Amino acid sequence: MTTADLRAPEKPTVLRRGPSRLRRRESAAAWVLITPFVVLFLLFLVVPIVYSGYLSLFREQLVGGNTFVGLENYTRALTDPSFLSGVARMALFLLIQVPVMLGLSLVFALLLDAGVLYLQKVVRLGIFIPYAVPSVIAALMWGYLYGPDFGPFAQLADKLGTSAPPFLSADWMLFSLMNIVSWEFIGYNMIILYAALRSVPRELFDAAAVDGAGTVRTAWSIKIPAIRPAILLTVIFSVIGSFQLFNEPSILRNLAPNVIGIDYTPNLYAYNLAFINRDSNYAAAIAFILGIVIMVVSYTVQLSAQRKERAAR
Amino acid sequence: MTRTTTWRRKATGLTAGIAVAALALTACSSGGGGDEATTAAVSQADIDKAMQTPTTLTFWTWVPDIQKEVDLFEKAYPQIKVEVVNVGQGADHYKKMRSALQSGKGAPDVTQIEFQHVQSFALGDNLLDLTPYIPADTKDDYVPWVWKQVLSTDGSKIWSIPQDSGPMGILYRDDIFQAAGVQVPATWDDFATAAQTIHTANPSTYITNLPGNDMGQFTGMMWQIGARPFGWDGDKTVTIDVNSDKAQQLAQYWQDLIQKDLVSVDPDFTDTWYQGLANGKYASWSPAAAWGPVFLQGTAESTSGLWRAAQVPQWEAGGDPVSANWGGSSDAVLKSTKNPIAAAQFALWLNHDPSSTLMMANEQFLFPTTNDTLASPEFADQKSEFYGGQEVNKLFAEISTTVPEDFGWLPFMDYAYSAGQETVGKAIADKGDVVGALKAWQDDLVGYAKQQGFTVK
Repeated sequence: MTTADLRAPEKPTVLRRGPSRLRRRESAAAWVLITPFVVLFLLFLVVPIVYSGYLSLFREQLVGGNTFVGLENYTRALTDPSFLSGVARMALFLLIQVPVMLGLSLVFALLLDAGVLYLQKVVRLGIFIPYAVPSVIAALMWGYLYGPDFGPFAQLADKLGTSAPPFLSADWMLFSLMNIVSWEFIGYNMIILYAALRSVPRELFDAAAVDGAGTVRTAWSIKIPAIRPAILLTVIFSVIGSFQLFNEPSILRNLAPNVIGIDYTPNLYAYNLAFINRDSNYAAAIAFILGIVIMVVSYTVQLSAQRKERAAR
Repeated sequence: MTRTTTWRRKATGLTAGIAVAALALTACSSGGGGDEATTAAVSQADIDKAMQTPTTLTFWTWVPDIQKEVDLFEKAYPQIKVEVVNVGQGADHYKKMRSALQSGKGAPDVTQIEFQHVQSFALGDNLLDLTPYIPADTKDDYVPWVWKQVLSTDGSKIWSIPQDSGPMGILYRDDIFQAAGVQVPATWDDFATAAQTIHTANPSTYITNLPGNDMGQFTGMMWQIGARPFGWDGDKTVTIDVNSDKAQQLAQYWQDLIQKDLVSVDPDFTDTWYQGLANGKYASWSPAAAWGPVFLQGTAESTSGLWRAAQVPQWEAGGDPVSANWGGSSDAVLKSTKNPIAAAQFALWLNHDPSSTLMMANEQFLFPTTNDTLASPEFADQKSEFYGGQEVNKLFAEISTTVPEDFGWLPFMDYAYSAGQETVGKAIADKGDVVGALKAWQDDLVGYAKQQGFTVK
């Protein structure tokens, strides 16, 4: 006992020194390897965010200088009808557009996966291609298509002796935007879902077939539950994307300047606050609140999905 | 919607964030300069010396092909090199100017500034007072109301040299007017009657289009009717009066035409609008500015020979004609320049030397600001095919003498126009209550001015 006691501490220290040197070398290498990431992360993400947060606590006037105002910009934002209506508009956008878009993505992915389509690869590529078009170009293109006097819809309607729907009017604009965004991203989401479907073990389908399940039943009861995490991923990306809508309305604004106001979406509003109103402090506050809104909504979506999953188990 | 796009969008937001950060960061440091320009004139010897010293100037402008005039200048002053940079037109240009000025880096020596934005850069103390650098009698060479546009609000400083202007007239389709049996309207009352006649003759034709997105045009019309909506004392007091009786009269006039469906309300400078000009949907462009005639030639080529230009209709019959201005810009020297003498000489020469101003007038179609060029036969006597051989330049040169001088601006016209478009412009586009929207615009502007620390008179 005593000898062992005396000897025991010796050995472990020797033993401990070995791996710890290795571990130290490993961790040094790890630090070196992640340094570029950490530097860029700090420089281009953390610092600007912290600085924006700092900015949002001040008010700089055109005359009268810069003053610390605490959370005044935030309280102002929460009672600002321009900001609130923008958020509400994006919430509506999200509630309608995201289900439609993801529904279509899912249907296409299932069809492709089931192999019931002719020209599989052409169809797959065709649906995906709009995603390769930059959103600015897409918005320009759709702006032309929507044109009330010169667009193809207008010309077709003219030939038929009627008039085309007023795509760029106040009542239609949000739906016209939804259409553009859906067109852009159905393919992208389809690819995510399709890839997830491809990785579902094939034995499950065989088992289902043996049990007498048809294609639809297999899709509903096996495939969709199996790719639930992928679906959740696309939902969260879409939620974030919706609230950050900027390019499409910003471009269509050139065609319908009185329909898409400076506050049509929260992002557009923040941009105009900074560059037209020259109120960058308030713009920073708006950006922060928008970020918080996005976080809350994303988290809610994730949480409710997880809860459902647990309940399903 | 997607990872990359989310990222792309985030990146856009981020860039904006960084830009915002840069703005604020440097704003704190910009006040310290304090090298007040002396009012004593710079001697001719100093000017000669500066103009013979090898110097490179940077010039930001969006005038197409201005390199031609710059070449003339470089020929006259071989030691001075001018680098012409186009950083974007209008709003983009000003955004980049503000960023550069506030970061204290990368700002040009000489820059284009439209008349309505001169005071906003004067507010930022960004402009060099040109008084000591140019001959004291320079002002006599320019059209008086134009010269007024580039002075400080108290008239004591010269902020820039006028480059082009936009006195207002109308451009109309002679064939459509004749087919409907309509005379060129002398007054706005006549114009309203003609609007009815033309629209009745052909229901798909409107006498003109009133855009809801062009506060420059709307402001020009306020100028004409006698409203004086904006003012600034050069310090902390602004005058905001967009809801005056005169402005209401103007709004009421157009509101009536719009609600009777006698005037269309398409946004201007869009494809729809270009089409409307080319295909006879609009029987005129009223009011149009002096830069309009050539612009229209490019837009509505197929209707060449059918157009004519005329005086803008008057609010009072029988009096002296009153026009106004829409557009026009100037070249300013920024205070941050290291070569104030050369920069000032360049800004002046470009917009003052007859060879340069005439070339601008005849090749870039910038409507002149100097008396000599306006009167020059090479400019004024030109007959335009597009306007059936009419001497359009001469007409607008005459109109230019009828622009009232006393029109001022706010030191934040970019916001004023933006807010105007959201209120008055929206009412026009929605065919709604334009008169009521004036009050909304007024309240909006007063609120903004107070928030920015101004006293509102």
